[in-house]
Amino acid sequence: METYYNPADLNRFPEIGKDAPQLAAKFFDYYGAVFAEGALSEREKALIALAVAHAVQCPYCIDAYTRSCLEKGSNLEEMTEAVHVTNAIRGGASLVHGMQMRNIAEKISM
Amino acid sequence: MTFEQTLEQHKLALVRSATTTLQVNVGRLCNLACRHCHLEAGPHRDELMDAETVEEVIACAERLDFATIDITGGAPELLPHLPRLISGLRPHTPRLLIRTNLTALAGNKSEQLINLYRDNKLTIVASLPSINSAQTEAQRGNGVWESAIATLKLLNEAGFGVEGSGLKLDIAANPSGAFLPASQAETEQRFRRELERRYGISFSSLFSFVNVPLGRFHRWLESSGNLPDYLKNLKTRFNPCSVQGLMCRSTLSVDWQGYLYDCDFNQAVGLHHSGTAHHISQLQQLPQPGVRIPTQDHCFACTAGAGFTCTGSIDA
Ligand code: SF4
Ligand code: SF4
Repeated sequence: METYYNPADLNRFPEIGKDAPQLAAKFFDYYGAVFAEGALSEREKALIALAVAHAVQCPYCIDAYTRSCLEKGSNLEEMTEAVHVTNAIRGGASLVHGMQMRNIAEKISM
Repeated sequence: MTFEQTLEQHKLALVRSATTTLQVNVGRLCNLACRHCHLEAGPHRDELMDAETVEEVIACAERLDFATIDITGGAPELLPHLPRLISGLRPHTPRLLIRTNLTALAGNKSEQLINLYRDNKLTIVASLPSINSAQTEAQRGNGVWESAIATLKLLNEAGFGVEGSGLKLDIAANPSGAFLPASQAETEQRFRRELERRYGISFSSLFSFVNVPLGRFHRWLESSGNLPDYLKNLKTRFNPCSVQGLMCRSTLSVDWQGYLYDCDFNQAVGLHHSGTAHHISQLQQLPQPGVRIPTQDHCFACTAGAGFTCTGSIDA
């Protein structure tokens, strides 16, 4: 069945450099530097990436960072907690906007 | 591309260097049947080294110099002649290692075996794939986690892995699935922190191992649909720098019947040392440096990535 998302496209990501090679090179250099060991370990960065992948709901990133988290030594317990962090922030972000709703409602209500 | 072709492409050849280690595989009998086991060891297997072969191994250790002798299996604890093997080998090598899956060291023989290991100053290499109980049991079976942790505590009580005791307890970790291990240094740090924090357990060093696509692990890769990607991953991560340090260059591996191989993985597929079946009782001198090591594509597991200890190798 044809779908918009094809798992094989993940490995073809570098092809995005066709027609704009300099921009792609800059992006991939930057990307590599971001995920290198720094003040945060590679394992910690992969867990953050996994959480963000769920926030942006990118199937490519979820695939890539699930594998990466396991390879960097994380386990399902930690990875599931990371996804709950995504969920808490997403849910919390919606809920906290309820304050706007309340402010407006209170302003125009008797 | 095959492993041999990949070596050729990098203008490399896999040949022996000076032999320093004898690895003694006492057989396929094991109390566990782990899903990653390249030897397909388990409780239903009956291959075990007999008393005569044990003596032939000891005699070989006496006539030739091995800096390290490494006893493995199966579960070495299940070999009835284990006390004789240990006491026979002990005078002939400065460093005698024994592998354990920890659960075979539990039970009613536990104290006796731990005393035997302590009295002979063995270095214990204990398998613990992960600091996560679910990952450990997914690979090794239900109930393994608790038993392994209890045995680690007993070993600490006997002085193994405790600083200043002179008794070493190393941990062998490996991934619980179709992926490669994390960096050894980081894994060691996490195991040290978590085992100490949660259970008060200490150990000497940790070694990360890549799962080799043979035996039961190969079958699991196949049935779970992971085989092509796993093999591709190993090949893509071929690291030419790793070839020089491969443990087969300095190890002789002997099977339960006394036949010689260059490593335990070649033993699993019947690839003999120097290409033909040689028996340890016939070995009058150590292999010459430069002798070619027979390989197959499972060798890609030993050359994948950087920073791993070569699979199976426990360096001093
Ligand atoms: S991996 Fe080790 S403990 Fe597990 S079945 Fe094989 S020999 Fe036994
Ligand atoms: S499996 Fe590994 S250790 Fe064995 S011969 Fe191949 S490269 Fe050497």
